[in-house]
Amino acid sequence: MAAPNRSADASRLTVGEPGLLARLRGQSRPRVRPKAVRNAGRSFAMTFVAVVALAAFLSPLLRSATMSLKSPEQIADVNSPLYPASAATLTYEGRDYDVYQVPIAGTTRDLALIKKGRTSSQFADPSDVAAPLITWEGAWRTLQPAYKFDPHPENFSNVWDQIDYPTLLRNTILIALIGTIGTVLSCTLVAYGFARFRFPGRNVLFLLVIATIFLPGAVTIIPTYTIFNKIGWVGTWLPLLVPAFFANAYDVFLLRQYLLTIPREMDEAASIDGAGPFRTLVSVILPQAWPVVIAVAIFHLVYSWNDFFQPLIYLSSTPDLQTVAVGLARFSGARVASDPGLIQAGTLMTLAIPVLLFLVFQRFFVRGIVITAVEK
Amino acid sequence: MTASAVARAAPHRRFGLSRLAWREARWAYVFLAPWIIGFLAFTLIPMIATFIFTLTNINLNQAEPLRFVGLDNYARLLGDQQTWESFTVTLKFAAVALPVAVILPFMVALLLSSRYLRFAGAFRVLFFLPYVVPFVAGVLIWLSMLNGDSGWLNLFLQAIGVSNPPNWLQDPNFVYAGLVLVGIWGIGGGVIVYLAGLKGVPTELYDAARIDGAGWWASLRHVTIPMISPVIFYTLILGIVDLLQYFLVPLVLYQGTGEPGGTTNFLNLYIYKSFFNYQDMSYGATLAWFLFGVTLAITLVLFGTARRWVYYAGER
Repeated sequence: MAAPNRSADASRLTVGEPGLLARLRGQSRPRVRPKAVRNAGRSFAMTFVAVVALAAFLSPLLRSATMSLKSPEQIADVNSPLYPASAATLTYEGRDYDVYQVPIAGTTRDLALIKKGRTSSQFADPSDVAAPLITWEGAWRTLQPAYKFDPHPENFSNVWDQIDYPTLLRNTILIALIGTIGTVLSCTLVAYGFARFRFPGRNVLFLLVIATIFLPGAVTIIPTYTIFNKIGWVGTWLPLLVPAFFANAYDVFLLRQYLLTIPREMDEAASIDGAGPFRTLVSVILPQAWPVVIAVAIFHLVYSWNDFFQPLIYLSSTPDLQTVAVGLARFSGARVASDPGLIQAGTLMTLAIPVLLFLVFQRFFVRGIVITAVEK
Repeated sequence: MTASAVARAAPHRRFGLSRLAWREARWAYVFLAPWIIGFLAFTLIPMIATFIFTLTNINLNQAEPLRFVGLDNYARLLGDQQTWESFTVTLKFAAVALPVAVILPFMVALLLSSRYLRFAGAFRVLFFLPYVVPFVAGVLIWLSMLNGDSGWLNLFLQAIGVSNPPNWLQDPNFVYAGLVLVGIWGIGGGVIVYLAGLKGVPTELYDAARIDGAGWWASLRHVTIPMISPVIFYTLILGIVDLLQYFLVPLVLYQGTGEPGGTTNFLNLYIYKSFFNYQDMSYGATLAWFLFGVTLAITLVLFGTARRWVYYAGER
């Protein structure tokens, strides 16, 4: 008597967990079915809301993709469909004729308008040019023009050549990689110092690290730029690369939080075996901390790839050394009205690499953000 | 007693530390050296230098001789209409954008953490994805999306019956809404943070609330929000600091002209222009310290109120 009651209770308590429907099917149908139906309904409604929200959220990306394949004429044509398409034409007896959507005999056919008339016009069938002309009764001006899919992928190669994309790409990759090496090295050392050693002023120094996150950049940029200008670094990559080797608050914080979760027993064992602090870091700590080290590396790669302000101010006089973000902004500033298709093609090329990096390493990415934000 | 006397009297102690502790501290400073040097070179000394600049007439091309001018720059700032206009622009935009920056990621996180949502993992990845889109690329994509004639937003609005939708980024009355939309791809970071916060709320609390008869809204109001108030606080502070510094999007969109109708003359843009366009270092520095002071004041006031509404579970 007691056992069946318990199992019924258990099924009530686990409502909403995976496998629920399967379990409920084993129960007496009339009592549990409304709940199962309600849950399925909620599940459908919630997923539907998420799909609609996501579609709205990502729709600009789709628009950019369609624009990137359009020619300026296609973008200027207000009647054209959302996908890249040109008004269809048919070459008939040596001349070009527009193709319209003609309702004939209950269906709509795409036919080329050969002889225009006010109340009846003659059309040729593009699929069978040799056939006699088709006469259609009605005003041709009421017909919708037919469009055919006509993408212009050459936008990508054009923008590639016009803004010297290979150079921009090489610059961006080099700056990102060198900066990432510097960031990973310096931040690992500093985070290890904060996570594993006791010393006077540790709390104050760590508070200072956190405080720099909230410091407006404007309050340091003027002297920094002036000094870099004085020592001849403006117009080179040095202002972008050198600071990366001196650690930054975000990544130090992220690494330190993670190192604190690694138990100390292994460190102590290593130190009893005579390993110094450097040795311990390399052979004990790093093998356990690699997920967060990868997270920091990815963070810096993406940050560096996306950075706009610093390359803008330090490299504005040396176009050969600029990054894709600055090159794209310069190109769009000059060309925004004349060829939106080219700009969107350049835009998609610029976002492709960070997006791919994210999709490949999304686990590390998400974990990294969670550690920085929540453990505070 | 001199330092050497101390060292003689207690040869195994330095700065009040035992020899072992001193060795540990020395190693710590070795490891911290990159950050300490970087902090001095790229943060602390430039900050102080910026402050000293505010007291001088220093200039990139220094036409008149360099001298101390006392508080002249601050007096100029107080009487400078452009400063107050740009400050008002910054505050107005922050007032529009801050609620979105704090609430929208929370709503998305609630949706993504719902136990009724199918394919939650895929949705999380896709909602986060635009966060890694380079800032310039995102701005150009949204510029095209918000185009008054052919942008999809207005095509959609026309399709649902709005006869005359605004030209978002060119109309002074709608430009802040447009800029908020441009910034909307940045919510991914906030969403992840909120998701982590929501995951940390003990399920017993929800069970207890349900037994007490709380519905969805009541348990959100009395369980979820208090329990994740530290995350809300974090998002709020970071949002304010970011919004007070806002100017890069208008810099790319309008090349720093302040269009439409001066509505995008942000304070930080004014600082940028004072220095890079007008080469006026001392006044740019003064504006920068003004921005810093305002940021600090607002942050401190918020930390002061935090005691009353932010709940830390581990706190005693």
